[in-house]
Amino acid sequence: MEKLSDNKPDTKRLMLGNVAIARGALEAGVQVVAGYPGTPSSEIIGNLSPVARELGIHVEWSTNEIVATEVAGAAAYAGLRSMATMKNAGLNVASDFLTHFNLSGTGKNGGGMVVVVVDDPGSWSSGDELDSRWMAKLAIVPLLAPVSLQEAKDMMKWAYELSEEHKVYCLFWSYTRLSHRTGVVSLGEMPDPETGNTPHEITELISNEEPFQQERLNISYERLELLRKIFEKSEYNNYSGPKNPDLLIISCGNGSMCAMEALGRMKLEDRVGHLKIGTVWPLPTDLITKHLSSTDKVVVLEESTPFMEIHIKELMADSSDLAGKIRVMGRDTGHVPRIGELTPDIVCESLADILGISFLPREESYSKKVAEKSEKMLIRRGGAQCPGCPHRASYWALKLAIRKSKKKTTFVCNDIGCYAWDFTPSGQQLTKIVNCMGSSAGVASGFGQLQPFGFDQIAISTVGDSTFFHSSIPAIINSVYNQSDAMYMVLDNRATAMTGFQPNPSTGETAPGDSAPVVSIEDICRAAGCSVEVCDPFDLDTTTEVLTRMIKDRGKVRVAVLRRTCELIRMRQERKKPYKMWIDHEICKGEDCYFCIGHFKCPSFNIDRETGKVILGEDCPSCGVCVDICPHKAIFREEVQS
Amino acid sequence: MNIISHDPLNIVIAGVGGQGNVLCARILGRALMRKDYFVSIVDSFGSTQRGGSVHSRIRASQTKCIETVIPKGLAHVIVSLEPLETLRMLQEYGNPETLTLTNSQPLFPPEVLAGKQDYPDLDELQQAIKELSHKSWFLDATAIASDVKAPLAANVVMLGALIKTGIVPVETEEIEEEIKGYFSESNAGPNLRAFRAGFDAIKGIAFQHLTFG
Repeated sequence: MEKLSDNKPDTKRLMLGNVAIARGALEAGVQVVAGYPGTPSSEIIGNLSPVARELGIHVEWSTNEIVATEVAGAAAYAGLRSMATMKNAGLNVASDFLTHFNLSGTGKNGGGMVVVVVDDPGSWSSGDELDSRWMAKLAIVPLLAPVSLQEAKDMMKWAYELSEEHKVYCLFWSYTRLSHRTGVVSLGEMPDPETGNTPHEITELISNEEPFQQERLNISYERLELLRKIFEKSEYNNYSGPKNPDLLIISCGNGSMCAMEALGRMKLEDRVGHLKIGTVWPLPTDLITKHLSSTDKVVVLEESTPFMEIHIKELMADSSDLAGKIRVMGRDTGHVPRIGELTPDIVCESLADILGISFLPREESYSKKVAEKSEKMLIRRGGAQCPGCPHRASYWALKLAIRKSKKKTTFVCNDIGCYAWDFTPSGQQLTKIVNCMGSSAGVASGFGQLQPFGFDQIAISTVGDSTFFHSSIPAIINSVYNQSDAMYMVLDNRATAMTGFQPNPSTGETAPGDSAPVVSIEDICRAAGCSVEVCDPFDLDTTTEVLTRMIKDRGKVRVAVLRRTCELIRMRQERKKPYKMWIDHEICKGEDCYFCIGHFKCPSFNIDRETGKVILGEDCPSCGVCVDICPHKAIFREEVQS
Repeated sequence: MNIISHDPLNIVIAGVGGQGNVLCARILGRALMRKDYFVSIVDSFGSTQRGGSVHSRIRASQTKCIETVIPKGLAHVIVSLEPLETLRMLQEYGNPETLTLTNSQPLFPPEVLAGKQDYPDLDELQQAIKELSHKSWFLDATAIASDVKAPLAANVVMLGALIKTGIVPVETEEIEEEIKGYFSESNAGPNLRAFRAGFDAIKGIAFQHLTFG
C-alpha cells in the first residue's frame, strides 16, 4: 500500500498537484499544518492528515483561514516548520494577520513557514477568480509559483529554506490546473526525524511595532531586495528560444504550461522566445530587462489579472533604454482574454493574432458538422444536491413554512456550502442573496434593522455547520447585541460536505481522525441570547411547524438548528439503506402529476420509459422523505430490520 | 514497450457526476506510468460534480511531460459513460480521426425529468456520434455490469472495452493488476469481472503498429 510518507527516493508516483505539494512539505520537514477546506486546496491537508500520527506532526482543520495562519505562525515563532493552506477567498480572511505577521517576521530563531494559497482562474469552484499574487506585493513577502507537478513538490523545500533564512513567511501559489492535475512525480528523500527543528523558548518581543513599525517596513523592503537578487539566479526562471525572438512570451503558472503546448503545436519554437518565471514576487527584474532588450514584442501569459504585465510595463517606463521601444501585450491590453482560465487553445489564438498567422484548431467542415449536431441535440446537464440530501428537506420545510406563515415575501440569504444550491433550478430557489463565506449571517443581521425604514421582508440566513464556526458567530452575536429582527437556519449535516466531508468542531473528530469534544451550535446561540430550536429536517411536519412559528415570532433573534447527517456520509458508515422503498404504479399519476420530479426535484426520481410512471433510481439512498411529499401517497417506505 | 499510436496520446473519459470517470482515469494513468509514460490527467472540477457533466482528460507521452488540458479537437479516443456526453465531448475534442466508445444507456438530466427539456432521440444521437467519429462502438455497459453482478461498475466495463480497442499501449493484465491494487479485496472481484466483460463486449482493431493516424 502506497503512503505519502514512504521514504522511497527517486520512485515515481501518480500524484494530484495538491498531493505533490503535501509531499513537498513533508520532504521539507514540515511539523505543524493548519488550514480551512476550500476547493481547490483541500486535498493538501486531506492527504497529510492520515500520516500525521505516524510522523509525529500536527495537522489540523482550523475554524477559519486566519486562525489557521495564526496557528502556523505560532509554530514558526517557536522555531518549527509550519504550513497554512487555503483557497484564494480564504486568503482574504487570513489577510489581517498576514499583513502584520510579515512586519514582525518570525523572530530571530523563527522556523520556516509557507502559506499555500490556491487560486481558481475561471471560477470553477469559486465565486470569483481572485488573484492572490497581489498579496505578495501588499505584504512585501516572497511568492513562488510552480508550473509542473514536479516543481510543485520540489519548490516547497526551497520555500522553507527562504522563509527560514529570511525570517518571514513565504507565499506558495497554486491554481486549479496545478492543484487538480494528476501526473507523474519523482519522490525525494524524507527527512531524518532526528534532525528536524526543535522549539525554542519565546523570550524576545516579536511584533510589528518593534523596534517601531516604520522601521519594520524598511526591513521588509530591504529583505525583498535581497530576495530579488537571489531570484535573479533561480533555476525556476528559465528561457528557451532564439537569441532575438520575433515575440517574447513571459509567463507563470498555467500560462507557462499553455505556452509550451502552444509553441510546440504551432511550431514556433524558432521564432518565439519563452521566459518562464517561477519567482513571481519579487520579480527578477534584471533577468526580465535582459530579455526585454532582445525583442520588440512581448506577450505576458498569466492568470488571472495582468499582475506581471503591469509590473513589466512599470519596469520599462523606468528604463531609458526600453521606454517606448517595446510593445507589451497581455490581459491588460486585451491581446489575451481579460477573464477566465488560460487554455492551450486560447494561447494559440492569441499568438496567431499577434503574429498575424492563421490557426485552425480543427478541420472547418468537422467543426461545422459537430456544431450543427450539438445545437440540435445537446442539452444542458447541471448538477443538483445529491439524492437524500438533508438540505433538500430543509428548504422544502422552509418553503411550506413561508406559505403557512403568510409572510410570502420572506427570502433566504444563502452562504457557501452545498445548501447554496438552493439558488439553482435544482433547488427551491428561495434564495435571493448569495455572497462569500459567512456573509449571509451579517447580511441577515442588517436586513433585520430595516423595518423602521419600511422594509418589511423577512430575511433568513442559512449557514452550514462549518460556516457557522468559520464566520457566522460574530454576526449572530451582533444581531443579538444590536437587537436585529434576524432569523438563522443552521443546516448542520455533520460535515464540511461540499469540499469533501472534512470534520469540523461539531463532528467530534479532528483532521487525523482522533476524537474531539463536540462544540454545540445550539449552546453557543443560547449563550449569546438567541431563541433556539433544534429539529431533524427529515421530520418535515415538525420542522415546518417550528420554522412557521419562528418566521412569525418577529422582534428577537431566532436560530433553527436543522440537524441531519449528510446521506453520503451515513451511507459510507452504515453501508445499508434504512428503508425498503417503492412507488405504487397503480397510484402514481405519472405525467399527469410529476409533482415529485418537478417540485421536490430529487435526482433519484426517474421515469419508466414504458409506463411513464415515476421510479426510484439505483442511487436512491432511501432517506424516505419523498413519501411525505407525494400528493397521492404513492411512495412507500418500510423499515429494514437489521 | 508497445509503440504508441500518437504522441501524446489524448484520451477523454466522460460521463455524469457519480459514474466514476475519475476512477477509470486513475487506473489507466497508473498503468501507463508503470510503463514509463509521462502521464497527465485533468479532471473536470467545480459545480457539476453531482449529476452534472464531468470528464477526465488523460495525456500520455513517451518523450515529454505535457501537463495541459487536451486542446480543442485533439482527442484520439473518447470513452463516454452516457451517450449525450459523447456528443458533448465530440463538440469540444472531436476530429474526423476520433474513436468513440459509448455506454448506450442514457441518463436523463433533471431538466428532462422535469419536462423542461427533451432528451434527443436516441437513434438520431447514435447516428450523429457515428458520423462524427472515425469509428464508434456502442455497448450497454450498465446492463453488462448488472449481468456480471457488478451493477456500479459500468465505468470499468467501458475501461475493458477501451483496452480491447488496442489504442492504449497497456496490456489487459496490467490493468487487472491496477484494479487489484486499487480496490479492497472484496471490491476487486466485481470490478475484474466488469473489466473482462467490457473487454469481451467489443471487437478491437490493431493499433500497436501505427496503423492509425
